[in-house]
Amino acid sequence: MSETTAIAGAAEQGHHAHPPYQRHHFETIAQQNDATNFAMWLFLLTEIMFFGGLFCAYLIYRNWYYPAFVAASHQLDIFWGTLNTGVLITSSFTMAMGVWCAETKKKSGLVLCLALTFVLGLAFLGVKGIEYHEKWEKHHIPGLHYSLNSFLNPSTDEAAVKAGDDKHPIAADMAVHTELYFFLYFAMTGMHALHMIIGIAILGFMLVRAQAGAYTNGHVTFVENFGLYWHFVDIIWIFLFPLLYLISRHPQ
Amino acid sequence: MSDTIVVLPDQATARLPKTNYLTKENGLLSWLLTGDHKRIAMLYLVSITFFFFIGGALAGLIRLELLTPQSDLMATDTYNKVFSMHGIVMIFFFLVPSVPATLGNFFIPMMLGAKDLALPKINLLSWYLYMAAGMLALYSMAVGGVDTGWTFTTPLSTHYVNTHVITTGLAIFIAGFSSIFTGLNFIVTIHKMRAPGMTWFRMPLFIWAHYAASILMVLGTPVLAIALVLVVLERTVGIGVFDPTKGGDPLLFQHLFWFYSHPAVYIMILPGMGVISEVISTFSRKRIFGYTAVAFSSVAIAVFGFFVWAHHMFIMGISNYAVLVFSLLTMLVAVPSAIKIFNWAFTLYKGSITFETPMLYAFGFMGLFTIGGMTGVFLGTAGTDIHLTETYFIVAHFHFVMVGGMLMAFLSGIHFWWPKMTGRMYPEKISQLAAVVTFIGFNFTFFPQFILGTLGMPRRYASYPPEFQVLNVFSTAGATILGVGYLLPILYLTWSLKYGAIAGNNPWQATGLEWQTQSPPLTENFLEIPIVDHEAYDYEWLERQKEKEVASV
Repeated sequence: MSETTAIAGAAEQGHHAHPPYQRHHFETIAQQNDATNFAMWLFLLTEIMFFGGLFCAYLIYRNWYYPAFVAASHQLDIFWGTLNTGVLITSSFTMAMGVWCAETKKKSGLVLCLALTFVLGLAFLGVKGIEYHEKWEKHHIPGLHYSLNSFLNPSTDEAAVKAGDDKHPIAADMAVHTELYFFLYFAMTGMHALHMIIGIAILGFMLVRAQAGAYTNGHVTFVENFGLYWHFVDIIWIFLFPLLYLISRHPQ
Repeated sequence: MSDTIVVLPDQATARLPKTNYLTKENGLLSWLLTGDHKRIAMLYLVSITFFFFIGGALAGLIRLELLTPQSDLMATDTYNKVFSMHGIVMIFFFLVPSVPATLGNFFIPMMLGAKDLALPKINLLSWYLYMAAGMLALYSMAVGGVDTGWTFTTPLSTHYVNTHVITTGLAIFIAGFSSIFTGLNFIVTIHKMRAPGMTWFRMPLFIWAHYAASILMVLGTPVLAIALVLVVLERTVGIGVFDPTKGGDPLLFQHLFWFYSHPAVYIMILPGMGVISEVISTFSRKRIFGYTAVAFSSVAIAVFGFFVWAHHMFIMGISNYAVLVFSLLTMLVAVPSAIKIFNWAFTLYKGSITFETPMLYAFGFMGLFTIGGMTGVFLGTAGTDIHLTETYFIVAHFHFVMVGGMLMAFLSGIHFWWPKMTGRMYPEKISQLAAVVTFIGFNFTFFPQFILGTLGMPRRYASYPPEFQVLNVFSTAGATILGVGYLLPILYLTWSLKYGAIAGNNPWQATGLEWQTQSPPLTENFLEIPIVDHEAYDYEWLERQKEKEVASV
């Protein structure tokens, strides 16, 4: 009996010198990095399936209620959408630079990059807020005093006139389906914004830790994996932007 | 030929190893904050047993109500709530986590020769999510429950019922994440944590089955999550995505729901099939016949499983062409399932079979799962499905697969690995009795329901025409026997924790890596990481190991 205990004790002490950030159940640090990286990719896969449900709904209803979806998408402001796309792509660039800084152990560079990503993320949400506010003012929030005025009387609506909808107004029974478009718009951009908020919170946490010297000591997995998440959220937007804003714009 | 393979150490001198994962640390906090996959498995085992008995009690109420043709034990809307909560609790809080979260959690790292799952904190998080979800589900049950059936079918769930759809929906949403994290952890572990020499085709089939089930968990569950989010939004703000009056399509909900919930059936059964592979091999002392075929059939089930969901919707108004295609694809799933059953049967052929309790349950599984699977072909055939769907035939079908299949496999696995998990044997005779009682009770309960279904008794009603009463009395009587069959293990397994015989390292003389270490195992599982130089189920290797031990002593 005592023999077993002795051997068990020996096994505990038998660890080789590992970096302090290596978890006990991994044999090597490479295995640990490999495993967490792989886990992050799998998690992103589940996220794709999650958003996939919404994309699927969008696809079906766009197919069914094409005129309504076209008219409704004309209500989105391409300027803000493009600006936000630019902001998000830039934030992905700063995030990628941040990962590079962490890998090359540049502490001040990392802090700067994380801070820039943080600010750009907030800027994105700010612009999104402006857009949501616009929808509120025009009564385009589904389920909440939703108004069909922009679609039934397009000549009174600036955005509709600009897109030429006043020349071909849609029928009333089709116009009601714009509400479905706006629901999908809010569900998809809202779910995306929720991911941004989570990302920004984690960025804040990383910023504090990076200033204390974390991530530039050779253990970069956390920054790397967060980078993957951030780029993923970016890619979701890269799909949302054309689907919601651009797809129905044709030169008249 | 001896009639048992059990080899126990001399009980007069044998002791449980003083250092093991159970004794390493003490106190409630050491359990609640543990990262050890074995302790988390035990936490899960206690929790799912709790939910199993809640779901079981609800099943008892259902059978009691159906004893008489009138709705007399409870009001009809109460009955609706009872069968809905029975389904929800049993599926999301028992069957889905049953084998993976307990046996899988405990033995996947050990079978691979690893110290733990790749992500121990995520593993613990998944248990907490499960508990949070379970408590929320119990809360919504306590304040009035839900009566949509476990399927949350729209527009019933979004417009026509006034029960706690939102809280229950959120509970399942959270439970879904628990399941996603378990699956994700398994996939990463199987890819990255295998011991030196443990190649993909040396892995036990238990691992292959869990790998396939994990793929389903990771890819399917998020779709259920988004479908439930949409139902909750539909109820709270009335967004119209499933509401025909606003142009939405209630069928879209069913597509999203069954896109998860059909693969979920394989999430439930595949790990059970993994257990059966281990048990059949061990108690017939033979390598599983057609190892590669069985391994790939698990993956094939996972892949095909994603393309058959609309067979739940044959009568819901999908197009005839869709019915045709999904009917054909459904038949395809029968192929890998049959490959498994045939290969287990060939493994038994000329094996040295012994009839310990796990093997009895495994035989129960093979018989009942085969009946459940064959009746699935009836239901996959569009013509007969239109006659049989929404009758007791379908209830009998999925209970044969889920209870006769999965629950038998779960109990088989619990008995098989009990000596490893606790270091003590369960009492053999009474547990063999329990296995037989379960089998008899099960058939008494559910076989009459096949007949009731073909006679046309619809499911989900508290009352029925009096001519169906005889078979319903049979069914209720059987449920009582079944209840005894399930109560027995919990009694004698608890008893064995203190009074069971000391099991020693390898009472079954099994070949898996988990049996080559002490019982109960150390927190690190192995004194040193094993180097694997043999195939799975290599009984000659085991003999050579024993000879080596004798020689070195």
